[in-house]
Amino acid sequence: MIDRTTERTPGFATLAIHAGAQPDPTTGARATPIYQTTSYVFEDVDHAASLFGLQTFGNIYTRVGNPTTAVLEERVAALEGGTAGLATASGHAAQVVAFHCLMQPGDEFVASRKLYGGSINQFNHAFKNFGWNVNWADPDDMSSFEKAITPKTKAIFTESIANPGGVVCDIEAMSLLAKKAHVPLIVDNTLATPYLWTPIEQGADIVIHSLTKFLGGHGNSIGGMVVDAGTFDWSRDDRYPMLSKPRPEYHGIVMHETFGNFAFAVACRALALRDIGPALSPFNSFLILTGIETLPLRIRRHCDNALAVAQWLSGHKKIAWVSYPGLPGDRYHKLARKYVPKGAGSVFTFGLKGGYDAGIKLVSNVKLFSHLANIGDTRSLIIHPASTTHRQLTDEQKVASGAGPDVVRLSIGIEDKDDIIADLEQALA
Amino acid sequence: MSHDSYADQYIRGILNSVKTIAVVGVSPNTIRPSYFAFKYLLERGYRMIPVNPGHAGRELLGQTVYAKLADIPEPIDMVDVFRSSEHALGIVQEAFALKPLPKVIWMQLGVRNDEAARLAEANGIKVVMNRCPKIEYGRLSSEIAWMGVNTRTISAKKAPLPTRGIQRLSLDRPTLSGGATGAATRAQSKTGS
Repeated sequence: MIDRTTERTPGFATLAIHAGAQPDPTTGARATPIYQTTSYVFEDVDHAASLFGLQTFGNIYTRVGNPTTAVLEERVAALEGGTAGLATASGHAAQVVAFHCLMQPGDEFVASRKLYGGSINQFNHAFKNFGWNVNWADPDDMSSFEKAITPKTKAIFTESIANPGGVVCDIEAMSLLAKKAHVPLIVDNTLATPYLWTPIEQGADIVIHSLTKFLGGHGNSIGGMVVDAGTFDWSRDDRYPMLSKPRPEYHGIVMHETFGNFAFAVACRALALRDIGPALSPFNSFLILTGIETLPLRIRRHCDNALAVAQWLSGHKKIAWVSYPGLPGDRYHKLARKYVPKGAGSVFTFGLKGGYDAGIKLVSNVKLFSHLANIGDTRSLIIHPASTTHRQLTDEQKVASGAGPDVVRLSIGIEDKDDIIADLEQALA
Repeated sequence: MSHDSYADQYIRGILNSVKTIAVVGVSPNTIRPSYFAFKYLLERGYRMIPVNPGHAGRELLGQTVYAKLADIPEPIDMVDVFRSSEHALGIVQEAFALKPLPKVIWMQLGVRNDEAARLAEANGIKVVMNRCPKIEYGRLSSEIAWMGVNTRTISAKKAPLPTRGIQRLSLDRPTLSGGATGAATRAQSKTGS
């Protein structure tokens, strides 16, 4: 029955180029066209009604869906091993959209304390205004997650490799806690990318991306993604009414019953993206898609360069410590070997013996590194989090999230590693 | 044959060969999944026959509703079962009384009855279980990808243009199997609708 020539599963690099894309059925265009349009004509009134009622597949308005963006959604879903994807204007927007489908005012979620500073701000402030309350837990102490779970908890959130500190989270252990509490595990997989780590394999129910980083990879487009693993049973109880109850926004459709194992992605599109509005531009989708085609090549090079730079920094007399899980002896090295054996990514931090002032001096002295607030670019990037990305946090929060005054964060690019090291050498001199 | 997973060409072969589909248990309620599937397949050009004893004699999207399979006055290629798993065996037995026999028994997403499947296959009828023909049509044509869904197919071939309609893609698309992962497969076997 199974024809081995057509039913074998393609490898990651093949999917990174082909998943979601096909020659344009009308023109034969091989690259994915940029469908730069706001809207799409209907065949007739009945076709329009079917589209608006979610009874048929198709496009209505680019805030809700776009054919270029759809290729990106399928591609990232395929790379992560999920059932569906939903692209958003940014990684932050992806988080708003995902939580909108899980949380009612007064609900809680548990989040790892070691997160990108922007996410800490979003959860502490913007989400609180929606009545979504975060309880923080320590990813190095699983019992702290267990203690933070209450009857109001609707999700557990973590980053696979945490920004900026090179923390590798034990996703398998978190997944067990989430399953015990019957809540979905949400994993932000931005720093690892699916090339290094597919957390759905260890039980993540929802994967979040900032496409802005390694997936796009060239520092030219902001974007975000929600991937539905298709694994969570939304109808087990009444705790997720966006998925399990008739939705007045859609004349009574029950999302989980209607869309099965991709219901969460449809809810994110139809209930969150449609009504909140942070849609991704098709032009950004095109640029990010082009970036993803070379993801395996780039990440391999990023990891090789990062390891070389981390090793060099560890031997430098002005450096107090280097936090890169790829280094033997690093406190996360064992978890890194388990979860990311191909490489520990290229974003990491190190501490300067000279503290805050030495950090300011280093970012001023570099000539090849770009001093800016992004990561996951072809170019090598440097930032002093305490004076920039993490400056809104209290001193205690800064240290807790791995952004103390002596900390410098690097995102190692894919230039020649000798040039990267030479720039750090002259800047530290 | 195993019913834990199906080769794309098996499903595509069925959807390409059947023309008349009787949907047992279809609801006239316009927000029910069975109505969605019925309407979609009707729009894709299949001859769709609703079967629901509570609505017999009325019309659903212009098609006469019958109380049971035996009442349908024309040959049926495929019986689509929109009833819970325990009803599947009875429906297969009803299908055996039809002349000519239907070629395919298709049980919806969440519906699986291995005894009914064995009985049907022993009589030369193809069986699909725990799948939705609308989703499979959308997946193999890649129309469903407009919703961001992983079709688990890839292809470098230009699909033929459907002869009518807009925002429609052809089922006759040559594809390779795509990003089917353990995770997606596990998820598929757990769906509840």
